[in-house]
Amino acid sequence: MAVDHINFQVRKGELFGFLGPNAAGKTTTIRMLTGVIKPDEGKASVFSYDILREGLKSRQLMGIVPEMANAYVDLSAWNNLMLIGELYGVPKKKRQKIASRLLKEFGLYERRKHLVRGFSRGMKQKLLLCMALINEPQILFLDEPTSGLDVESQRLIRDMIRELNKSGATVFLTTHNMEEANQLCDRIAIINHGKIAAIDSPERLRLRSSGLQSIEVSFDKLVSIEDLSKVHGVKKAKKTGDKIRLYVDEPSAVLDKLVDFTRSRRLKIVSLNTLAPTLEDVFLKLVKES
Amino acid sequence: MEKNLYWEQFKRSLAIVKKNVRIYYSKGPVIIFGLITPFFLFLSFYIGRSMSAEALIPGLLGMTAFFTATSVGPAIVPWEARAKTLERLISSPISLWTIFLGDVLSSFFFGVVVSAFPVIVGLFIGVQIVNPWILGFGIILASFCFASFSILLSAYPPTDTPAGVMMLSAMIKFPLVFISGIFIPIEELPVWGKTVSLISPLTYFTDLARHSIQGQGYYPVELDLTLLAAFAIIFVVTAIKVHERTMEKRL
Repeated sequence: MAVDHINFQVRKGELFGFLGPNAAGKTTTIRMLTGVIKPDEGKASVFSYDILREGLKSRQLMGIVPEMANAYVDLSAWNNLMLIGELYGVPKKKRQKIASRLLKEFGLYERRKHLVRGFSRGMKQKLLLCMALINEPQILFLDEPTSGLDVESQRLIRDMIRELNKSGATVFLTTHNMEEANQLCDRIAIINHGKIAAIDSPERLRLRSSGLQSIEVSFDKLVSIEDLSKVHGVKKAKKTGDKIRLYVDEPSAVLDKLVDFTRSRRLKIVSLNTLAPTLEDVFLKLVKES
Repeated sequence: MEKNLYWEQFKRSLAIVKKNVRIYYSKGPVIIFGLITPFFLFLSFYIGRSMSAEALIPGLLGMTAFFTATSVGPAIVPWEARAKTLERLISSPISLWTIFLGDVLSSFFFGVVVSAFPVIVGLFIGVQIVNPWILGFGIILASFCFASFSILLSAYPPTDTPAGVMMLSAMIKFPLVFISGIFIPIEELPVWGKTVSLISPLTYFTDLARHSIQGQGYYPVELDLTLLAAFAIIFVVTAIKVHERTMEKRL
């Protein structure tokens, strides 16, 4: 079962992230919400329109960037945009105006008459985003929108997503990139094996994850990981480059013990930092637990 | 409200037509199976036989309408499934009926336009059209019927391999040509041939063409028209129902 009785709400105007490992059910969820596949059971609404009974109305409000690039490669960028505009019932003059503006914003205007067949992956992805925006959607479904793109294109698309969200569009974003989710999303749902493991803001997800706080320390001499693991309060020690990361519940309590350990071994601390868990740490922990 | 919805969906199906015309009409398999193959098939039958133009043109017209109107339809859905553009269409605010109406209409227009060529050739070589209204209406009705048949050909199995569907549809289309009074008029067929010819919609269009050009056919005109319309309805409804059931397997 790809998705198993999940239950969540996305608020109007929210930038909502949907995170999960491969085959967790992210794309299946998007495909159900966008009418591509029918759920076996359950209910879902988009802007109060039932996705099954009022599918045409709910899809009219959506802009979609699917996981697989699927612009028509035998059509020009312009004709792709005109086609999608027509399928959404956007009047001719309006869709021409919006298409020109979008193509300029995404740096594709000069290539608008070229067949998409000759576009790079980054250009195709930008075009897909243009196609998703041609009907000025109230909600955007973005399935891995920056996957496989160069850093500059990723940044451009993230900036566009932020701008769109600022202008009032609700965004439903799936991504593998924790940093992207952390930077962009108001709230995040973590899904694994078709079930939702957690939903919260990125910051609260980090804070509520006990056992993932850590101290990163480096010494002037080599120190055994096993010895450090025995320091009171340390749950796990892990070598990260020339430093050692100690996973703890209460960093302040462990710091005293760590100083005692250093003195007893005549070591000098070269650097010492306390670290909050990254979203990636939280994600891995939740995925493992679920 | 409902009327508006239907009109709006119809307009969107015309967007599908435009897309199909731009993308698929220049594809190799469409040209080969839709135009070149039937032309050479007819030529191989015609050369060396002494037949009047009046007897030949209805057959040529029947084959042209049938092969052109069914040339694009079977390939569109598998092509789009492979190119991952089908998902884009399904997630748009259009119904499956809108998508397939667009596919049928594009095949229909292709069939009507190309069917004009044998008529023009016939007129050029001195063939008299006894009843142009029946011929015109017959071409329109038959092209719609064959276009509907073309989307039924791609309904099952739910594959994303256009070449496979083209081969399968050729296996169905070619035998139909031989049992539909194209090469041998129905009245000259043996009893079993006449019986088998009843199941082919092409039989009724060829018969209509003979009524229009030779002034006589085997079945009454009304029966030809009614059965073509009935076949069209059966094909389009069946095709969409089967596509509805199999669509998710393609995505």
